[in-house]
Amino acid sequence: MGLMEKIFTRSWGVHPRDYKHPAADAPVRVMPMPERLYLSLAQHLGAPARPAVLVGQKVKKGEKIADPQGPVSAAIHAPTSGVIAAIGEIPAPHPSGLPVQAIILEADGRDEWSEALTACDNPLGLAPDEISYRVAAAGVVGMGGATFPSALKLSSSRKAGVTTLVMNGGECEPYLSCDDRLMRDKAETIIDGIRLMLHATGAKEAIVGIEDNKPEAIAAMRKAVAAHAGVRVRPIPARYPMGSEKQLVQTLTGREIPAGALPAEVGVVVHNVGTARAVSEAIRLGRPLISRLLTVNGGCVGAPGNIVAPVGALVEEVLAFAGGIEARPARLVMGGPMMGVSLPHARTPVIKGTSGILALNAAQAADSREEACIRCASCARACPIQLMPLDMARHIRGDDLKGALRLGLKDCIACGCCAYVCPAHIPLVQYFTYAKGTLAAEDRARQKAEATRRLAAARSERLAREAREKAEIAARRKAEREAAKAAAASARSAGEMSA
Amino acid sequence: MNADGYHADRVFASPHAHGGGEIRRTMLQVQLALVPATLFGFWLYGWPAFFLWLLTLFFAQIFEVISLRLTGNTGQTGSPGDGSALLTGWLLAMTLPPWSAWWIGALGAFIAIVIGKQVFGGLGQNVFNPAMAARVALLVSFPLQLTAWVVPLPLSGLDAPGFLDGLRITLGQIPVPDAMTSASLLGYAKTELSRGLGLAQAFAAGHAPQLSWPGVRAGSMGESSVLLILAGGVFLLATDVIRWQAPLGVLAGALIPASIAHVIAPETHLDAASHLLSGALMLGAFFIATDYVTSPATGAGRLIFGLGAGLLTWIIRTLGGYPEGVAFAILFMNALTPLIDRYVRPRILGRTRSGQPIRGAGK
Repeated sequence: MGLMEKIFTRSWGVHPRDYKHPAADAPVRVMPMPERLYLSLAQHLGAPARPAVLVGQKVKKGEKIADPQGPVSAAIHAPTSGVIAAIGEIPAPHPSGLPVQAIILEADGRDEWSEALTACDNPLGLAPDEISYRVAAAGVVGMGGATFPSALKLSSSRKAGVTTLVMNGGECEPYLSCDDRLMRDKAETIIDGIRLMLHATGAKEAIVGIEDNKPEAIAAMRKAVAAHAGVRVRPIPARYPMGSEKQLVQTLTGREIPAGALPAEVGVVVHNVGTARAVSEAIRLGRPLISRLLTVNGGCVGAPGNIVAPVGALVEEVLAFAGGIEARPARLVMGGPMMGVSLPHARTPVIKGTSGILALNAAQAADSREEACIRCASCARACPIQLMPLDMARHIRGDDLKGALRLGLKDCIACGCCAYVCPAHIPLVQYFTYAKGTLAAEDRARQKAEATRRLAAARSERLAREAREKAEIAARRKAEREAAKAAAASARSAGEMSA
Repeated sequence: MNADGYHADRVFASPHAHGGGEIRRTMLQVQLALVPATLFGFWLYGWPAFFLWLLTLFFAQIFEVISLRLTGNTGQTGSPGDGSALLTGWLLAMTLPPWSAWWIGALGAFIAIVIGKQVFGGLGQNVFNPAMAARVALLVSFPLQLTAWVVPLPLSGLDAPGFLDGLRITLGQIPVPDAMTSASLLGYAKTELSRGLGLAQAFAAGHAPQLSWPGVRAGSMGESSVLLILAGGVFLLATDVIRWQAPLGVLAGALIPASIAHVIAPETHLDAASHLLSGALMLGAFFIATDYVTSPATGAGRLIFGLGAGLLTWIIRTLGGYPEGVAFAILFMNALTPLIDRYVRPRILGRTRSGQPIRGAGK
């Protein structure tokens, strides 16, 4: 970067030490199938899936065991052959450790594929909607961690008429290298998936953004892409959160996504490279999303590296396979260190969005006591959305959540840059998450009260209407009776007259 | 070892990594940046300057510890080890006449730490820069003592006071002899102008205090060597402790009007170099206007803050009753900081300046 640029472009984001090596360079290991798999019904964004199997039922590998429920949901498939042992609650892979509904599958050790899976040799001959349909049937969700159902994103992109498919190969989170590994090892499959996604969305071009700290991945992807027009690989500066949708789209296309809008607003849709691979396997081989590549890393891990783990394997089993843990971790994290969740224990399963399992030592976790804000504004400089975290936090501390909202609380992407740079160790993200949660709860309560009020109003209106109608009917009857009486009377008098 | 038995004591909010920045380290870096100018001050004004510096820092820390104890230190109002009180004391000492008696330093430390900072709620809560608040309070209360500038008596010189004499000067047992005091350049110019003399005539008289880039002049303990202060400032810029907007603003805000006025009316207006080389302009630009707590949080805000402080400094020096105006100017801009921060905000990504979502383009 030139000096003038350095002075006049606004810097955003942070450059954390990435800890990606040596884990990124170790060959991928495939984890053996555990005896039991714990398949959470809520491992995607949206409504939980509904079980489609009964306890005791035998299933084959790849067989669907839970149906999507509602438009934003995803199917779940058996990662191996076996028997459904139970359908019940397990601790969620979430800091709360609260129970979540899950299907527990007892593996039979044969790992037999279902015969019902349909491969396809000429997928580009399929109708675009058929691709979305098959992607949905394979239960594919965003593999970068957001776990948004991919089929929905493909079909809605087509409707919105997006022109550019942005592929996220940034992997800006420290420690993680599963996307890096995937791009090095499976570049052809990823490019195939990208071409299928282009076909499904109707986008004209795809740009694969890869951070320049992954030269091997860039080289492998460039090689794979050479034969295909319409797909480009673009190295981007390594900087966190480069993989955030808004930042990635702006860096690659120069387009700024309006606040509160989807990238489709600027003609773009963003998918993760891991998702492209899952799409390719879903369409070409008919294989649903039942396992994933994830990074096991951190100072307490015996043999850090990338591991293919079935969805539903317990974190403790994955850690044990990765050489065990050498010391009691200061923090156990699912996902990356910047946005991942801290786990209360390791008896929680891998889900489709698990990009990493980190057992961090004390130095890496950098746990420290919160001090006073000295208004250094490092947070404001680091914020990729150009918010003023110090001011937002001040309002939240004073219980003025509306004030924080006016400062742009809803635009916060919880990337963690502010807390990362804060010399006072103020847990800014926690403040913002708390405020967003409280405001959402208030919104819900208000909506509920509003609905109750509407119902009550409707009821009293109905009662009033009924009473009015009753009165009208009664009045009409009375009028009819009187009319009849009058008619009878006039008939009588007429009769008298005629008589 | 297996993770089977692992149970976290508690769960943590993301992020699970930290950049390593520490308040204590930031304070230490600023102190480090002050070292060259401070050492030069010791050399220039001898042992009394050193004792005054030591006492001011000592009292600043003592008052900080007492205040934190009284307020039931929770860490939210600062901690005794964060170095902020030492820095405040240090900055205050830099602006005091080098041969001031001990009670000037002690009282200044009290005003800075207790009234200037802790009464507002401790670290990060004060509206005014504590060192400047103390300096102004002292100047208003004890104008004589606060303008008793001694002529430089470098430590190497024969007539410099020795260790014990230096101690006696600081303890107030030896009064500063009149023969050893001198007006500062700004003070001299102000006096001569008020007597109706033009500057050319005043300086031609030969009694004018000397003006020099190395900083051998009568003045405050740590304000004399603009080059060493600049070196400290450049160090802070290079280590990203401070940003360029406020210092540039202060210097431009004071020196541009000074140059213009000097060109128009050289008889009544000092030139830019005199403004820069005398008084606390350089120290104020790099070390006071850059105080995080009391200056705006945005780049544009800091530039406005700096320009305002610089311009006010020049106005006070030129039109005001005091020959020096940096402290007043910065305090005034401190008061405007919340206002600047309210109106000068960055444009949120995806929104217009007024906060509405931008319209999608390029579809």
